[in-house]
This record gives sequence, structure tokens and C-alpha cells, in this order.
Amino acid sequence: MTNFKAGVVLAAAVGIGLLSSSAYAGKITFVSWGGSYTASQVKACIEPWTAQTGQEFNVVDYNGGLAEVRTQVEAGNVQWDIVDMTPQDSIRGCDEGLLVELDHSQWAPAPDGTPATEDFVEGALEDCHVGNISWATVPAYNKTTISGHGYGTPTTIADFFNTEKYPGRRGLRKVPRVNLEWALMADGVAAADVYEVLGTQAGQDRAFAKLDTIKDDVIWWEAGAQPPQLLADGEVVMTTAYNGRLFNAMYKEGKPFEIMWGPQVFDLDTYVVVKGAPNEAAALEFLKFCTTAEALADTTNYISYGPLRMSAAPFVNPDILPHLPTAPENFNPETALLYDFNFWADNMDTLTDRFNSWLAQ
Amino acid sequence: MATVQQPIIIDGRPLKEQLARAERRKKYVAFAMVLPLLLFILITFAIPIGSMLFRSVDNPRMITLAPQLTAELSEWDGQDMPPEEVFEAAVKDFKLAAEAGTLGRIATRVNYSMAGARSLIVKSKRKFKNVTEGPYREVMIKADKRWGELDTWKTLKKVSVPYTPVYFLNAIDRDLDGDGNIVKQPSEKRIYVKLFVRTLWIALLVTVLTLILGYPIAYLISTQPPRISNLLIIMVLLPFWTSLLVRTTSWIVLLQTQGVLNDLMVWMGVISDDGRIQMIYNLQGTLIAMTQILLPFMVLPMYSVMKTIPLSELRASQSLGANPFITFFRIFLPRSIPGIGAGGLLVFVVSVGYYITPALVGGAKGQMISNQIAFHMKSSLNWGLAAALGTILLVGVLVLYWLYDKVVGIDKMKLG
Repeated sequence: MTNFKAGVVLAAAVGIGLLSSSAYAGKITFVSWGGSYTASQVKACIEPWTAQTGQEFNVVDYNGGLAEVRTQVEAGNVQWDIVDMTPQDSIRGCDEGLLVELDHSQWAPAPDGTPATEDFVEGALEDCHVGNISWATVPAYNKTTISGHGYGTPTTIADFFNTEKYPGRRGLRKVPRVNLEWALMADGVAAADVYEVLGTQAGQDRAFAKLDTIKDDVIWWEAGAQPPQLLADGEVVMTTAYNGRLFNAMYKEGKPFEIMWGPQVFDLDTYVVVKGAPNEAAALEFLKFCTTAEALADTTNYISYGPLRMSAAPFVNPDILPHLPTAPENFNPETALLYDFNFWADNMDTLTDRFNSWLAQ
Repeated sequence: MATVQQPIIIDGRPLKEQLARAERRKKYVAFAMVLPLLLFILITFAIPIGSMLFRSVDNPRMITLAPQLTAELSEWDGQDMPPEEVFEAAVKDFKLAAEAGTLGRIATRVNYSMAGARSLIVKSKRKFKNVTEGPYREVMIKADKRWGELDTWKTLKKVSVPYTPVYFLNAIDRDLDGDGNIVKQPSEKRIYVKLFVRTLWIALLVTVLTLILGYPIAYLISTQPPRISNLLIIMVLLPFWTSLLVRTTSWIVLLQTQGVLNDLMVWMGVISDDGRIQMIYNLQGTLIAMTQILLPFMVLPMYSVMKTIPLSELRASQSLGANPFITFFRIFLPRSIPGIGAGGLLVFVVSVGYYITPALVGGAKGQMISNQIAFHMKSSLNWGLAAALGTILLVGVLVLYWLYDKVVGIDKMKLG
């Protein structure tokens, strides 16, 4: 019996120990998109900060969206502290009261003393988010499997939609956004007018009609790691993909891909703090460090996404400069499109319904 | 001559009473032992499912976040432009919601029923900030001319009721128009009915395919001596123990146009290099992968029933002059039906809710209703619609289960 009692006491002690360690406020939960992207953040921000302050982190992967954050906030059981979000989600999450409103005067000024509010690019500082990097969705092709019938290599988005000139299957992300924009651009709409046209019923019909012309040749992808794989396997000859993933496939794995930078769709990634985060104060301290020009620039040593602070430019790894979406030779203001998250926040529900229905036809 | 039997008394109490007490105690102990499991099921299964089902009609957001506006809207008849009081309530509620940080949640809810409502409402945070007196109608229309349109207000009225059938209507490609009539969605938005039908069709095909493929395997295993049958069972179970994702991805490697199977056929000269067959990212891909993945669910229940059929009966039948066909159809098949029923129901119910495999190998045409439910849970955050779709699926499966019980009889089902 004494043994039994001792066992109970021991078990209770272990249980309490476990409980208190899980409730121990201190480990920051950092949530990002996984793979080579998260790795770049761990190397450039988390590891130096841990070395400097002893702060520990719990790094978690997710696939975007607000579902987890909303569930945690609504249930009053917030586990996540910092989340890497695209503005589309962070602005909506902010509107829904799921995220902490940030005071932008707290971020470190540029090395020359310029305040952060003037140093970040437009859109990088909103009510609830502080900018991190810029990235782009780009079309790319496999140099070994593409056949141009003597037309040369594809360069425009119209070439992407032209299966007569460039036969073979295409990879597209299984969402309406970006695809509808590109369909219009391939149909002759200038990048600057895309969202205006897409806002009308006629414009939407036109975009879907253009997508119809390649529908039978499309393989739809969903996760960011898929398109480089499809391209490498020869399953598609051209695909849309995130530029950082392509960079890794091309320069770290030596895949024979070529990026068509002309029609890139340019977007941002930002940090947010979840409302009710268990380690809000520590998370903000960390973000102050992680959004300095030097720390942002350091991520370019690991992945080809561009820092969102102007003053970060001198610190960017020179080898990676020509591979950034913002490099002058890649960014053509005539044909590049700035992703309009406000348009999509309004039209996502309707256009996704229509897109899903169109897919299932 | 009747003798009255005296109760046996031990320790001053009748034995019967003591026995009943002991029995009762045993019952309590037994109940206490299953209590944790019961609570576990209640907390992790029954309550979440119940609350999820409830979400399909529950529509509390407007009432809690914009109480004045919903009250005024319920008094408005919805025929002509609403009166000044409605405009006033809208401005005041939106201002309060903006201060409380809940305006975005109102905007999200209205946006499900009206594209563009999100920015229209979120914008009002800025526009109405300094408005303290009327006429509110002019203020609102000046801020955005859409506030002057009857349809905007009809939509607001539609979403401002405590319980709504709209999610269920949407889930069967219907909607309420501004006047409260049930109308069909525009043709380019109709999708769910088609997906429900396709889901049932895929589930049925997978069930039939696993039955055709699984029956001979189960027969073979059940008739072999243990040495061979154990080996065969392990071969059925091995893939069963392998991760679902690994198996699905393996099918991608095998079936894709530059994959193993196509390469093999090109090498053998069955097809030309340009004529590679598209076997994946379509309905076919979903069917092949799901059939393979669900095969053990069919084989194992059938095997466990078949091994109870005595082989001596088959021999007896043949010795009495029946040929192998008649022996099979009159002796073996009828006795294996409980296994077919169990396996079939299991495979069908599991495939109706299949999600990851269609998402990975189904392309556009191989998608099922669960992919849409996941989409509305994760991306659009329209949990009401997701709940309605899920409820329809659940009820559909229960109806099929009931039909099965009526036609075949559930007591005939056997898992071993």
C-alpha cells in the first residue's frame, strides 16, 4: 500500500511538473510557412536572438489562412504568439479583432536614423502587421522539355496561355486569385487596369473564358513545394510558382528552370502578433530585433525574398540580388502586377465559388 | 401443505438484500469504470459535433454585434427604401462596432451574401467617425452610393436574423432573394449538388472496385493453411500500416505522365512518347488511389467471416453432385454476405468523407464534397456553410445506413 501511495504521489508530482512546464510563459511560438522559408527565418532571426538573450522558441509550420488563429482566439486558448501572414489574411484578421494592433514607432530606425515608418515600403506597416519580405508568384518553364516550334523561349504571360506555340501542360495554383489576373493580362489587359476590369461582371466572364482556353491542359497545384516538383518531373512544361521555391530548385538543386519575371505578381509577407498571445511582450521584443534592416537583409543569405526596408539594401547578399523580385532587371513596372488584397478581400467569396464551380464543370 | 420458506439470514440481513446490494455496487463500479470514456466521448465527440451542426443554422453575429440595426431592420418591411431610423441605427452600430474592434466580423458575415460588402462596411469606420447627428440617410449615401440601393438593405435584412436557412440553401445551390423567395443560384455558382452526387458516385465505385478486387483475396486467405494465410494477411496489412500520405504520393510517382507506368508502356512500345496516358489528377486518379488505400477495409471483414465457413460444407456440396459454380453460389456466397455487408458499408462510409487523397491526386474533376468543406473551414471561414454541407453529408450517410438496415438487415453484418 505504501508503494501504491508513493506511486500516486510520484505520478501527481510528474503531472504537476508537466502542467507547469507547458504553462511556463517564456517559449515564443513562432508560426510560419515551413520548408526553406522558415529555415531562413530561423537562421537570420531566431538563432541570433536566442544566442543573444537566451529566449527559446517553438517553431510551427502552417499553410496560411486565419482558421487556426480564429479558433484559438474564439476558444480563449491562444497558443501562437507570432505568425507570418500575407497582408490578405493579416488585414482581415485585424478587422476581425484577432490580432494585436501594433505601434509602429517601436521598430528600430534605419542605420542612418530614418524612422521605421519612413523606411518600410508601402503596405508593409498596417494596423496589425509589420512587414518582413516581398515575394512573387511567377511563371517558369523547364528548359529541357519546352519546345517553342522555333518561336524562341516564352517571355510573356500570353505565351503561357498559348498552347499552340508552346504545347504541353501548365501548372496553376488551385485558387482564383492571381490566375484570373493573369488570364486578363494574357488577353491583352494592361497590368495597371487588371483589377478595374476584374471588378466587372464582363471582366470576370472574360477572365474565365481565357482560362477556358487552357483548362484541359492544366494541372492544379496547392502546396508551394509542388510546382518545382511538377516541372522537374516533366509533368508540366510551364507552371506558376513562388520565386523563392524556384530559386532553391534552380540554384541549390541545379534544376534546368527559367523564371519569366515579366508578369510577376508581387506580394508581401508580414509578422503579426495574435491577440491574447501568451508571450506578447517577449514576442514584440523579438520582432523589434527581427525587423531591423540587418536582420531582414540576413534572410537573403538563405532564400531569394526581398527585405521590405529600404535601408536593408546595402546588407543584402550580392549573389542573391539578381534573383529578388524587386531587382531592376526582374521588375518591369509595365507588366508586373501588385497583388491587390483589398480587391480579393471583397471578392474572394464570390469568385472562389465561381472558380470552384468552373473547375467542377 | 405449503411451507413458508424463511429467508436465509446472515449477519442479521436477508441474503437477497445483501445480494442486491452487492449487485448494485458492481453496477456502480462498472459504470464508474466506463465513465471516463463516456465523458471523453461526450467532450471530444458529441459536444463538438453538436455545436458544429448547430452552426449550420445559427446566425448570431449581426444580432450581438449590431443590435440596434437588427432591431430596426426587423421592423422594416423590406419593400421600399428603409426609413431614417434604420440608417441612424446603422451608423450608430457601425461606430460602436468600430470602437469595439468587431466591425470586420460584421463585414465578413455580410460579404458571404454580397460581394464587396466587406470594404463597404469596413470603410464606414473612417467615414462615420465624426457623424453625431442626422440626416443619417444622406450621410451614408454620400459616403458610398451603394447605401442608397435597395438591394444592399435587403441583403442586410437577410443576414440579420438569429436563425437562417441560408447556409442550407447555399449547400444545395439555392439562395434567398431579397424578397425571401428561394431561388436557384446563378448557373456559374452551382456546384454543391453536383459534388454531392459525385461524392456518392465515387464512394459507390470505390466500394464496388474494392469488392471485386478484395473478394478473391479474402477467399484465398481464408482457404489457405495458416502458414500461407498469415503471410498473405501480412501482405494486406503492410500497406494498411503505411502512412496514407506515403501511399498517395507513391501513386503519383507511379501514375503521372512521366511516371513509372507510362515509362514502362513507352519502353514496351504500347504507347508512343507523345501519347502518354493521363492517369492521375483526374477522377481516375482518385478512384485508383482510393481503391488501393481502402482495400484492407474490405478484405479484413470479409476474411474474418469467410474463415468461419467450414470447408467441409463445400466438399459435402460437391460430393452431392454440385459443380464448383453451384457450390460457390449456393453455399459459399450466401454465407459470406455478412462480410460483404460489413466491408462494403465500412468502405462506403469512409470514402464518402475522403479528403486528402482526392486533394492530392484528384485534379479538378476528382474532387469530393469534403474538399469543399475543408475549404470553407480553412480559407473562407464560412463555418456556417461548412456545417450545413457536413450536416447534409452526415444525414445522407445515416439515411443510407437506414436503407441498408431495411434492405439487408444490420444484424447480418459481421466484423468477425
